[in-house]
Amino acid sequence: MVWLRRIRQSVMLHSFLHDPVAVGSAIFLLFFLIVGFGAPLVAPHNPYDSASIDVMDSEKPPVWEEGSDERFLLGTDAQGRDMLSTILYGLRVSLIIGMGAVALQAFLGITVGLIAGYGGRWVDTLFMRLADVQLSFSTYMIAIFIGAIVKASLGVGNFERIAVPFLIVVIGLAEWPQIGRTVRASVLGEKNKEYVEAARVIGLPARRIMIRHILPNTLTPVLVISTVQVANAIMSEAALSFIGLGMPITRPSLGSLIKAGFEYIFSGSWWITILPGIVLVLLILSINLLGDWLRDYLNPKLYKS
Amino acid sequence: MDTLLSVENLTVKFRLRQGDLTAVDNVSFTLGRGERLGLVGESGAGKSVTGFSLINLISKPGFIDSGSIRFEDIEITRLSDTAMRKVRGEKISMIFQDPMMTLNPVLTIGTQMIETLRAHVGCSRRQAEAIALENIRKVHIPSPEKRLKQYPHEMSGGMRQRIVIAIALMASPGLIIADEPTTALDVTIQAEIMDLLLELCATEGVGLILITHDLAVVSQVTQRIAVMYAGRIVETGDTQQIVHRPKHPYTQGLLAALPQHSNRQNRLNQIPGVMPSLIKIPPGCSFHERCDLCQDLCREQIPQLNEKSSGAHVACHLAE
Repeated sequence: MVWLRRIRQSVMLHSFLHDPVAVGSAIFLLFFLIVGFGAPLVAPHNPYDSASIDVMDSEKPPVWEEGSDERFLLGTDAQGRDMLSTILYGLRVSLIIGMGAVALQAFLGITVGLIAGYGGRWVDTLFMRLADVQLSFSTYMIAIFIGAIVKASLGVGNFERIAVPFLIVVIGLAEWPQIGRTVRASVLGEKNKEYVEAARVIGLPARRIMIRHILPNTLTPVLVISTVQVANAIMSEAALSFIGLGMPITRPSLGSLIKAGFEYIFSGSWWITILPGIVLVLLILSINLLGDWLRDYLNPKLYKS
Repeated sequence: MDTLLSVENLTVKFRLRQGDLTAVDNVSFTLGRGERLGLVGESGAGKSVTGFSLINLISKPGFIDSGSIRFEDIEITRLSDTAMRKVRGEKISMIFQDPMMTLNPVLTIGTQMIETLRAHVGCSRRQAEAIALENIRKVHIPSPEKRLKQYPHEMSGGMRQRIVIAIALMASPGLIIADEPTTALDVTIQAEIMDLLLELCATEGVGLILITHDLAVVSQVTQRIAVMYAGRIVETGDTQQIVHRPKHPYTQGLLAALPQHSNRQNRLNQIPGVMPSLIKIPPGCSFHERCDLCQDLCREQIPQLNEKSSGAHVACHLAE
């Protein structure tokens, strides 16, 4: 239990516990993670099960409104699905896509950043110009472009089946330069330090020096960026879903729920779009606030008491 | 004593925009198995570059222009990158000035030691760990088991330099190049580290090239000295002989500049002027502009290293 004691005595935990915003957002995020990934256990209904859905239940308002049904705490959507359950399942889809996309970004970004930074010369120039070119397109433009092609060539029915991995790949590919550039910049700073020279003097091969020695010393900024990038990826997914290139309504994410509900907002059924919207905002906010705290904590230029 | 390392006419240049700069000029020396040699000189004399060229790791834009470096019958200058990597750490180790910088801050001591060995010798983790423990004991650090799990920041400077030495010894190299190994440490620790190096060279039979500007340290540790000036060796020979009876005016100046050699009331002795920039080394003897004994010959002709009556080799027209 040495590690447990280490955690309890760490400066990081102390700094965390003395920042109410960080603690608050962590609690929110943890709550979202638990109910999101535990959706099949927590949710009162299964929105994927079309047999249990009754169209007669459609557009029921939340329980505190007139004409509500007590079976549906947060009301129902246009197809009669329970909003609470749909939001929980949607939250899960959004979280999976967000984290998956960042995992891919981190993998690509770290690999390219390490090779570019350590390799130097033409390798560096090649990869960084590539990143520059890609950053000069907007993420959405790339995603819409690829999305439209894939959707057209596979057909809508097939697209629905691969929607989750597809969105992970598209958002991951579109955003890797952020992490790639950060890693490269840190590698440039680290590679001239003496411990790298010492590792070379010992006779370690370049790949080992990169992965074992330089990489762990460059992970701090990657950690901060990754947190923010999860929020960005979830937003990108929501935006893509909103314009109809994301998750299909049969397996909705938060974004596609907002989109689906948007059509009904003027007919008075505001909850179908507003409720998942609130959840999305809270989720993004808690991730970003936690990321802010992490950045401040890891920034050596700020005084840490 | 059989020869461990022989360097012949080594010339190292740096390719700059203004043209090639000669950092090490026609340097030759040999080192026997288990022998200890001191490379002495002021900053920029080419000591460190000589040290790095022995493991073919001169930083860009430097390169070995000509000459040969033979280590145990291997011609270092002609090895491929892969073959050179086998030599580094396994046959020749290097210790640097600042132990705060040479250990990776995010890896434990144990990881760094074991990794060094396993990069060269195919052995299991357990075996490597046993050797690591043994080496930590060799450098006189108490409770080695605990140290393996510690990070560099948990140790003091002297302790870290001991660890660095232990890492250098991991693959049982034949030669250790120590580049100013005690400059970053305080005086009492310096002496301890030097004693340790001396002891280990004796017990392990390792050759040592000690690169330093500290003549006092060199005279205690090494058997032979090579004094470098502006990329050339100006005097080389038995340590005691050179320290007590220096022949070259530069060596004489260096020794006279030591605080213990000056009168208590007077200012410290110094050699007038500064070492010439390597971009424009003056013709003839590179030291002539600072030399009290300078004659016309010194301005025209580069003096060669010749054996003098004392047995030392001196590159000076005037020394007998």
